[in-house]
Amino acid sequence: MNAATMHTDKIEANDLSVFFRQAQVLKRVALKVPEKKVMAVIGPSGCGKSTFLRALNRMHDLVPGARVEGRILLDGENINDPRVDAVALRRRVGMVFQRPNPFPSMSIFDNVAAGLKLNRVKGNHAEVVERCLRQAALWDEVKDRLGHSPLSLSGGQQQRLCIARALAVEPEVLLMDEPASALDPIATARIEELIHELKARYTIVIVTHNMQQAARVSDQTAFFYMGELIEVGATEQIFTNPREKRTEDYVTGKFG
Amino acid sequence: MPKVHTDKAFEQDLREIREKLLGMGASVERQIAASMRSLTDRDSKLAEQVKASDQEVNRLEVEIDNLCRKVLALRQPAASDLRLITTALKIVTDLERIGDLAVNIAERAIDLNQAPPLAQYQDLPKLAALTQRQVKKALDAFVAANPEMAEEVLKGDDLVDALFLKIFNELLSFMLENSKNIRRAMGLMFVAKHLERIGDHATNLAEMVIYMVKGTDVRHPRSRDLT
Repeated sequence: MNAATMHTDKIEANDLSVFFRQAQVLKRVALKVPEKKVMAVIGPSGCGKSTFLRALNRMHDLVPGARVEGRILLDGENINDPRVDAVALRRRVGMVFQRPNPFPSMSIFDNVAAGLKLNRVKGNHAEVVERCLRQAALWDEVKDRLGHSPLSLSGGQQQRLCIARALAVEPEVLLMDEPASALDPIATARIEELIHELKARYTIVIVTHNMQQAARVSDQTAFFYMGELIEVGATEQIFTNPREKRTEDYVTGKFG
Repeated sequence: MPKVHTDKAFEQDLREIREKLLGMGASVERQIAASMRSLTDRDSKLAEQVKASDQEVNRLEVEIDNLCRKVLALRQPAASDLRLITTALKIVTDLERIGDLAVNIAERAIDLNQAPPLAQYQDLPKLAALTQRQVKKALDAFVAANPEMAEEVLKGDDLVDALFLKIFNELLSFMLENSKNIRRAMGLMFVAKHLERIGDHATNLAEMVIYMVKGTDVRHPRSRDLT
């Protein structure tokens, strides 16, 4: 591998398979995620797209009966190597979930600072909290009530709070699993706008059921079907002129 | 068997766009044929009918445009569906122009029919038949989603241009021979030019068909080399 590809590809999955007991739910996927770009992963339910996403920060470690084969390189380093500490990995590769899940008993401030405390980061937490809330485009809305419960926020604000929380530990990659599916169109637009801003600093992989959302936010789109990666390409190409018949059928709504 | 859309109403909208485009194509084909007959048969009544039939073509243009806009707004079409809709939006403009040109030919025919014929028309009906075939082949290529057929249309335009040039020179010689021929020769020159333009619109249709099927834009290859 030469220096140029080391630079452009943040993540490189090779021959990646995931099994849950006997069932193989991800089949020998090979996919490269370019640095500081947004990759959307689309496909029907059960296609393996969330399984792929979760493999990228070793969340399958926590699932009994799950087994991962193949390699996932982060900056050229295999994250499945037993010497790699999963907690340290998840600091570098953060996750935002479908439903906003702020810690309900903590204040807004403490939610963002939680990751810092967990990782025993010293220094000025207030500064970090403000920076992350600004990056998550939430600061102006919460700066006067940082001590309030996160449950006083709307769903869209809670989701941006979760993004701010993920940003606090300074990750390099952000994984988003249907981050806007529980939000109204305006809150969704805010999250999408935020994704556009965040990609200046982070590499983003987003799983979505909403094809228009994939088309709006991503640079590259990968289409999964029945555990296989069918096609990956520039988002514009996938949505105007896909190469594979199954991609064509999916994006035009001819499935099932 | 090609798969159909899970959403039947969407499938129906796309079918309606295709059918209306074909109907519009058939109308302009009829217009070209009738406008030429009104000239060769010296039938000014038929020429008036061609002028009246333009309303039908215009109505179809508006209907197809509206349908395409509706599908874009409500369905967010992708891939081949998106290419069909954007192609349809452009094809209607070319078809509508072809219809207008047929009307222009009919108007010339009305004028020319008031004087004795200048000569035996031979090449002009040939040119008309050729351009009509070009339009028909472009529309058939659209129906069959057949890019090879569309390529034939692109190649066929050279023949149209060559025949037009021949007619041009013939008519020019009539004018040089006798200045009393000028008015009629000019009228026929316009008819030939309209037919040649119809041929150009047929190549536009063919280019759009190639884009629709293959997703590659074959227009203006030379100007693209600059970018």
